[in-house]
Amino acid sequence: MKRKNTEPYVRLTRPLVRDSGELRPASWEEALERAAAGFRRTLDTKGPEAFGMFSCARATNEMNYVAQKFTRAVIGTNNVDSCNRTCHAPSVAGLARVFDSGGGTSSYQEIEDADVIVVWGGNPREAHPIFFQHVLKAVHRGAKLFVIDPRRTSTASWAHRRLQLYVGTDIPLAHAIAREIIHSGLANTAFIERATEGFAEFAASVEPWTLEAAEETTGVPAELIRELAHTYARADRGQLSWTLGITEHHNGTDNVLSLINLALLAGHVGRYGAGLNPLRGQNNVQGGGDMGAIPDRMPGFQNILDADVRAKFDAAWGSNIPPHKGLNLTQMLDAMERGDLTCVYIIGENPVQSEADCEHTIKRLSNVEHLVVQDIFLTKTAQLADVVLPASAAWCESDGTFTNSERRVQRVRKALEPPEGARDDIQLLCELARRLGHDWNYQGGEDVWNELRTLSPMHAGMSYARLEELGGIQWPCYREDELEPTFLHGRLWEEDPAKRGRPAPFTVIAHSPPVDLLTEDFPIRLTTGRRLDSYNTGVQSGGFPSPLRRGETLDLCPADAVRLGVVEDEVVRISSRRGEIEAPVRIDEGLRPGLAFMTFHFPDEIDVNVITIEATCPVAGTAEYKAAAIRVEKLPVTV
Amino acid sequence: MTIVGLGLPRRLVEFTVDGEAVRVPEGSTILDACAAAGKDIPTLCFGDTLEPANACRVCMVEVEGSRTLVPSCSRKAEPGMVVRTETDRTRLSRKVVLELLGSATDLSTTPDVAGWMAECGAEPERFGPPAPASDDRDDRRPGEHEIPDGLTAATVRQPVKVDNELYVRDYGKCIQCYKCVDACGEQWQNTFAITMAGRGFDARISTEFANPLPDSACVYCGNCVEVCPTGALSFKREHDKREAGTWDESRQTATTTICTFCGVGCSLTLHVQDNEIVKVTSPHESSVTHGNLCIKGRFGWQHVQNR
Ligand code: SF4
Ligand code: SF4
Ligand code: FES
Repeated sequence: MKRKNTEPYVRLTRPLVRDSGELRPASWEEALERAAAGFRRTLDTKGPEAFGMFSCARATNEMNYVAQKFTRAVIGTNNVDSCNRTCHAPSVAGLARVFDSGGGTSSYQEIEDADVIVVWGGNPREAHPIFFQHVLKAVHRGAKLFVIDPRRTSTASWAHRRLQLYVGTDIPLAHAIAREIIHSGLANTAFIERATEGFAEFAASVEPWTLEAAEETTGVPAELIRELAHTYARADRGQLSWTLGITEHHNGTDNVLSLINLALLAGHVGRYGAGLNPLRGQNNVQGGGDMGAIPDRMPGFQNILDADVRAKFDAAWGSNIPPHKGLNLTQMLDAMERGDLTCVYIIGENPVQSEADCEHTIKRLSNVEHLVVQDIFLTKTAQLADVVLPASAAWCESDGTFTNSERRVQRVRKALEPPEGARDDIQLLCELARRLGHDWNYQGGEDVWNELRTLSPMHAGMSYARLEELGGIQWPCYREDELEPTFLHGRLWEEDPAKRGRPAPFTVIAHSPPVDLLTEDFPIRLTTGRRLDSYNTGVQSGGFPSPLRRGETLDLCPADAVRLGVVEDEVVRISSRRGEIEAPVRIDEGLRPGLAFMTFHFPDEIDVNVITIEATCPVAGTAEYKAAAIRVEKLPVTV
Repeated sequence: MTIVGLGLPRRLVEFTVDGEAVRVPEGSTILDACAAAGKDIPTLCFGDTLEPANACRVCMVEVEGSRTLVPSCSRKAEPGMVVRTETDRTRLSRKVVLELLGSATDLSTTPDVAGWMAECGAEPERFGPPAPASDDRDDRRPGEHEIPDGLTAATVRQPVKVDNELYVRDYGKCIQCYKCVDACGEQWQNTFAITMAGRGFDARISTEFANPLPDSACVYCGNCVEVCPTGALSFKREHDKREAGTWDESRQTATTTICTFCGVGCSLTLHVQDNEIVKVTSPHESSVTHGNLCIKGRFGWQHVQNR
């Protein structure tokens, strides 16, 4: 099947408002007034908790700061979140639970200097290619690379050892590695005694996961598990890195915690070259959270439940921040369905296409009384809005900062004028705040940043001038005349218990297989991921002609294709318990029988999220995109 | 197991360049030292993010006690070395090298080369008028050589290869500096889509079985284009604009910002002409990218200008 020719999205240049069911062009004045009036109406009739903000993980730190300030200070709720919920919220939740901070712990240079690198549930060769260059530097210098993934990906083809586990068996595998480390006397007992707690209970909990038991459950040969355990535990500098193969499960946070357990066991955290690193999928997922665009943290990752923290912000903003956590994105969607959340402001996000089981998302967003979407394109989500505000592109049409996966805050600069008629995100937020009685005056990104620096200690030392001069600075950076080490949690190695601080807890975790069960009706496991040349829902990457792009396919292994009687390029029907779609087959030798693969890059042609499952991680709210049960059928021949 | 040194303070090496004493950290090349001393030494194959390939020989300097001239881009500075960068010998060597390159290759888009030629009095024309372009140098068969007629200068001229929407190969401009091979190979991209094929004057950069790029292993990271010193590799947009006569660097701005396609945080330098992105490069000193990008960072900007 040839790829359908969908037109690339064209930039929005006029505000739109909905009248008798239709979106029509409007003046800026009318659109802004409509947007503000809807917010006012919600506040008057339903109160602040009926409002929800979807902030944007692709926009600048400055925009995210202003968006969460708008939510908290102007509206008066903590219902603010972003698409980190669909990807790395479990990483943040897991790391924060153990170490009080949700960031990846190492720098890219440390990856290059590591002895062992474990890439778990990730395909950085395609999804994070420049990160993978750092990994390959290490490999060429003699580091050992282990890749753990259900697929034999292009990343795995560089590995010294590949552990091709069954989808959703990460915890048994991690437990078996842990047990092997403990039984072989390779656990870093000095570190465990000094810097951790809960070891005994944890050790007891992994006891059933012998190499043989794990081989049976995970499909990974015992010998490979053993080798990984020994190599990782014996290394001077072990790095463990993961992406959505770990997080996008109904128990994503548990998965993350099971990896953290391994780092604690081997003492591979808090030292140069040893660390735990989630690779973020969007340019500013890290920064959005750092800026407080999440329901439970204020800017600088400060705890919203801490009265002193709230008091500091209330004093600075003249606000009255609610003393409880807000709703996360998943909970907001539920609240829309219940009719509790009736007013939503979405900036640059496209949940209609990015959420699992998307038909459900459309229903929920349609339930909303007042939906304002601010974006550069009329996305599928914007098409549902009551008011559409044309924005500028953060990364090239505005000034600000992004924070990458190594916690490096870097300057984003305006290189282009936005199209006539589009406006800057921060200006739009300020304009709406003004209409709701808050006179904010930011002369640009730097003003916002300097306000943030007075409120977030971990950003305090990063002036724009210094960011410029040093080519970015990793947080934390408390003072303008100092730099902290490139890795986090060095405190765990301190002799002095006072300096060492709270011990890092081991977590006892139970294995829980994917929710969508494989049955005779749905015998194939569908997992999802990214391809090199495309990105997310394709709204942006669809704008350039890629010689690599083949459009959406259902990837099957050769044996399954034979068994199903289908050939490459043949269009098949794919059904799950939620719905069905059609897609052409592609043969991928890297898959094994019973495992299929698709992406979310072309939802306008083939909407894979019709069949994914919405089962979500109770801690982080991330859906189980990586494990749906499907059936593949040949289509009847049409004459 | 390896223990990676955290970098002890490096010792300084003291030596002489053109009569001036200079001190540079141990491990620096003569080129580094000259740059630090404010001397301009021409280079073509030298790449600041690559291991020296020593291919072009335009950077040669005289080192006292050495029988031959030495390539400054790769020779490490040693204590007590006496280096001369501007002598009759270096000038003559540069003149011949540039003449040979200039007679065989189209250097019209190689920055600075015209100035160097003028300085050392290079006259590539003295080898005679250029021989007619070949159809495609990839079609040459090993061992089959045309006997030069002696009236024209052999060249690497051939038609431009345009086989995809993203980047263009004009190997008539290629000086075989190996930079693209190294950038695509083990030093950075590790894709190994391109390498040297053929021998002697038939040597050329090519893909596996001389396939067009879309049928090769190429992943369009553009890292080869980033390092190419001659414009033999160029972005399609730039190529088209040059053809149309609308490429105008004097009207371009270069602004460095951050890529928006994943969380790695690559630095992009957007070259903008008339409010349109016309090319993307990456700063070589970035600790994240070292000048490299992937297809999305390099080419994925079009969406913002679909207006
Ligand atoms: S674009 Fe990248 S992969 Fe393609 S030839 Fe150049 S360096 Fe190699
Ligand atoms: S194409 Fe460019 S980079 Fe590659 S060898 Fe030729 S001149 Fe060097
Ligand atoms: S620059 Fe030194 S040999 Fe080419």
